[in-house]
Amino acid sequence: MSYTAQDYKKGQPRWCPGCGDHFFLASLHKAMAEVGVAPHNMAVISGIGCSSRLPYYVNTYAMQTIHGRAASIATGAKVVNPDLCIWQVSGDGDGLAIGGNHFIHAMRRNIDLNMILLNNRIYGLTKGQYSPTSPRGFVSKSSPYGTVEDPFRPAELCFGARGKFFARSVATDAAETQAILKAAYEHKGAAVCEILQNCVIFNDGCHESVYTKEGRKKNAIYVRHGQKLVFGENDEYGIVQNGFGLKVVRLGEDGYTLRDVLIHDAHCEDDTLQLKLAMMSNEDGFPIALGVIRDVEAPTYDQAVHAQLAEVSAQKKYHNFTELLNTNDTWEVK
Amino acid sequence: MAEQLEVKELEQVVVRFSGDSGDGMQLAGNIFSTVSATVGNGISTFPDYPADIRAPQGSLTGVSGFQVHIGAGKVYTPGDLCDVLVTMNAAALKTQLKYSKPQATIIIDTDSFGPKDLEKAQFKTADYLGEMGIDPDRVIQCPLTTMVKECLKDSGMDNKAMLKCRNMFALGLVCWLFNRDLELVNNFLREKFAKKPAIAENNIKVVQAGFDYGHNTHSSVPATYRIESKSKVAGRYMDITGNKATAYGLIAAAEKAGLRLYLGSYPITPATDILHELSKHKSCGVITVQCEDEISGCASAVGASFAGALACTSTSGPGICLKSEAMNLAVIDELPLVIVDVQRGGPSTGLPTKSEQTDLLQALYGRNGESPMPVIAALSPTDCFDAAYEASKIALEHLTPVILLTDAFVANGSAAWKLPKMEELPAIQPHYVTPEMKGNYTPYFRDEETKVRYWAIPGQEGYTHILGGLEKDGKTGAISTDPENHDLMCRLRAEKVAKIPVPDLLVEGDADDADLLIVGFGSTYGHLHAAMDELRGKGNKIALAQFKYINPLPKNTAEVLMKYKKVVVAEQNLGQLAAYLRTKVDGFVPYQFNQVKGQPFVVSELVKAFKELIIKN
Repeated sequence: MSYTAQDYKKGQPRWCPGCGDHFFLASLHKAMAEVGVAPHNMAVISGIGCSSRLPYYVNTYAMQTIHGRAASIATGAKVVNPDLCIWQVSGDGDGLAIGGNHFIHAMRRNIDLNMILLNNRIYGLTKGQYSPTSPRGFVSKSSPYGTVEDPFRPAELCFGARGKFFARSVATDAAETQAILKAAYEHKGAAVCEILQNCVIFNDGCHESVYTKEGRKKNAIYVRHGQKLVFGENDEYGIVQNGFGLKVVRLGEDGYTLRDVLIHDAHCEDDTLQLKLAMMSNEDGFPIALGVIRDVEAPTYDQAVHAQLAEVSAQKKYHNFTELLNTNDTWEVK
Repeated sequence: MAEQLEVKELEQVVVRFSGDSGDGMQLAGNIFSTVSATVGNGISTFPDYPADIRAPQGSLTGVSGFQVHIGAGKVYTPGDLCDVLVTMNAAALKTQLKYSKPQATIIIDTDSFGPKDLEKAQFKTADYLGEMGIDPDRVIQCPLTTMVKECLKDSGMDNKAMLKCRNMFALGLVCWLFNRDLELVNNFLREKFAKKPAIAENNIKVVQAGFDYGHNTHSSVPATYRIESKSKVAGRYMDITGNKATAYGLIAAAEKAGLRLYLGSYPITPATDILHELSKHKSCGVITVQCEDEISGCASAVGASFAGALACTSTSGPGICLKSEAMNLAVIDELPLVIVDVQRGGPSTGLPTKSEQTDLLQALYGRNGESPMPVIAALSPTDCFDAAYEASKIALEHLTPVILLTDAFVANGSAAWKLPKMEELPAIQPHYVTPEMKGNYTPYFRDEETKVRYWAIPGQEGYTHILGGLEKDGKTGAISTDPENHDLMCRLRAEKVAKIPVPDLLVEGDADDADLLIVGFGSTYGHLHAAMDELRGKGNKIALAQFKYINPLPKNTAEVLMKYKKVVVAEQNLGQLAAYLRTKVDGFVPYQFNQVKGQPFVVSELVKAFKELIIKN
């Protein structure tokens, strides 16, 4: 049975016109149809925030839950029902502030969830407070004189928590968003997709440099496993290793040729260079990495739980309550 | 050879084993209670362990006790004060004497009463008995450590391993004192150490040595004792703690309902043993996740429930504070969920290892919004099984979270439990969607009579829907802020819980003509019952009504509470049940008996207080 995006659509989204959530939702519907799992075998689970309204607009099983807990709720659902394909949707506040603990532990356990992190670096639903991904000095309603704290960089958290999959896309970039969603689905384990999206009301222009196709040509690099890390309008730039770090070079200048350019390896267990790619920022003179940055196979929590159930069941001689009772020291009173 | 000692028959006896936390007092006590139960005695046990993980050896804070109450008939409590006190060191004597009767027999290991031991236990002189005002005639003074080492000198064990067997010598002595058949002890040890036969045999040797020591020296006792067994109910039994019984109740309920059991939990005293127990039984299909925090323990259980499991979370009061948010999600989502609160002393971290009933109002009301939730309180260690089973049944059949209140006292206490038969347990029928609803299902469509919605589990075609923390339209399931709808949904959720059928409140004792009705809830049942029995034995007219179902209340609650001239609500808090009942029963003005000491009630104190109420004008 094959599906179309229409099969996964429901309701009329209520986000602000121009919100990145609209773009992302359309890509998700298409990605869902592409992976082809029936709507009734999917669940979309979110927390609280603008982006967490998303489950209302999908025709699957769904829960919009409580602030920050979506990863926990999804963990419980997946571990008892591993056949369910779960999309867990959070924003930067939901996932990394109030839900930060659940986020890192879902990573560490490597439970098979497709974890979407819609990052607009602002609290939108509560009308404009700085979030844990807002840059230092960010002026908002709750930081009228600028924040005096550093932000989380989601990839760094993910890698620090032993994450095995990290991909990034821009909400307006439908093709790439669909591609990373599909890759996240195919990856068995906790798969984080950071979606850079604009908040037209409270943080307009927060990802401006890469929000348009033209912008991405200049300011982003699409990383592809097994391919050279080149970018620019005519692939005239490349990423090379420079001591312990990375460097952008113009091919044909300063003696650099395509041969010096790094080949992306998303499957490399050692995440050192993947992290360096994920950390690249325009402010530091690098392009922003888009695509699947890390994708390493590892045992998943849900599979391991069920494998252990089977293994212990094979060893033990009791398999129901009555047999369990009989494993105790008992005595007969006549 | 000494002359034959007199053997006296006793109705009941309380033995308290005490020593350092590492002295194995619980094992000695457990063996003694199990052996007694095996011959048909009633048993009830209670451990009293320190909050410190391992306080310094020989220190006052490191003493742990294990009390065993044995009776010819049914025993309701672990007993107030003990008849026999075993003290393995000076600190134990110092701290535990207060739990013994004035004429109790005291067994001491004189090897652990050296100058350093006495100093650690803050004795001022070498005459520790004199200092404590103990008559030496009632003390069995035994060089226990020396004798254990002597007994095991050829065993090849090192000093440390030999010292670990001291508890078995004490056990042997107690077995002699109560004329216990050592063969039963030996069988227990052989089973317990089935994989380490050498350890079993060494322990058996030490138990025998302790027994023989008593037999040969007659120690300083005038007689030994025997407790016959009366009022036996035939059947197969085991000794079970409340926490284990809770875990078993959940396993049985999941199996009966044909569902997978899921427990999301986070370690917390005194509830952790439920997580331990359930984690063992993977061969029964039980999934346990030790979560990153209490919040996740409950939130993951809500997810597991959504996905079609019998979902549970276990914790104590501080954990309930953290879980209340996710518990409330289950309220508005109307998903089945069992929340076990093994109460301990509060507020905050409070008294982690001690017992209280102070979470009652938190369980009933401790959430934002109109948040009705069934609350059940287990009456005894063995009742934890029934209560957990019934909590699961209510959760699944009425699609609601249910709080099961136990506490440190019933959770850690144990009693002989007649093994239930699966086929005799009541059926559990989760309130599933019906085939007719396929294609037009909305999640808040309800059974007209019970107001219970229908449960559709992901994976079922034709029932996709969304649940969530936002209020929904009762008909369409869409988000709704409509005032009339919200008002209706609040009322429907309340009505659904109010309509859950629960058994009538049972009145025990002089139900027809009591001068005083005792009212309690949950784990104080044994103590209140024992107090009632004692007062009735002295000719008083007195009755007991113990609440197990607290929300909803039994239908006859008002009738029972208003029937008697005097009613006293006795609880281990400052009056939470009394306050609750006063909101539910017009004109109900009870007397109150309240203690928040972290310790079980003392029957003699209850008797005194109730007697005063009976004679009061």
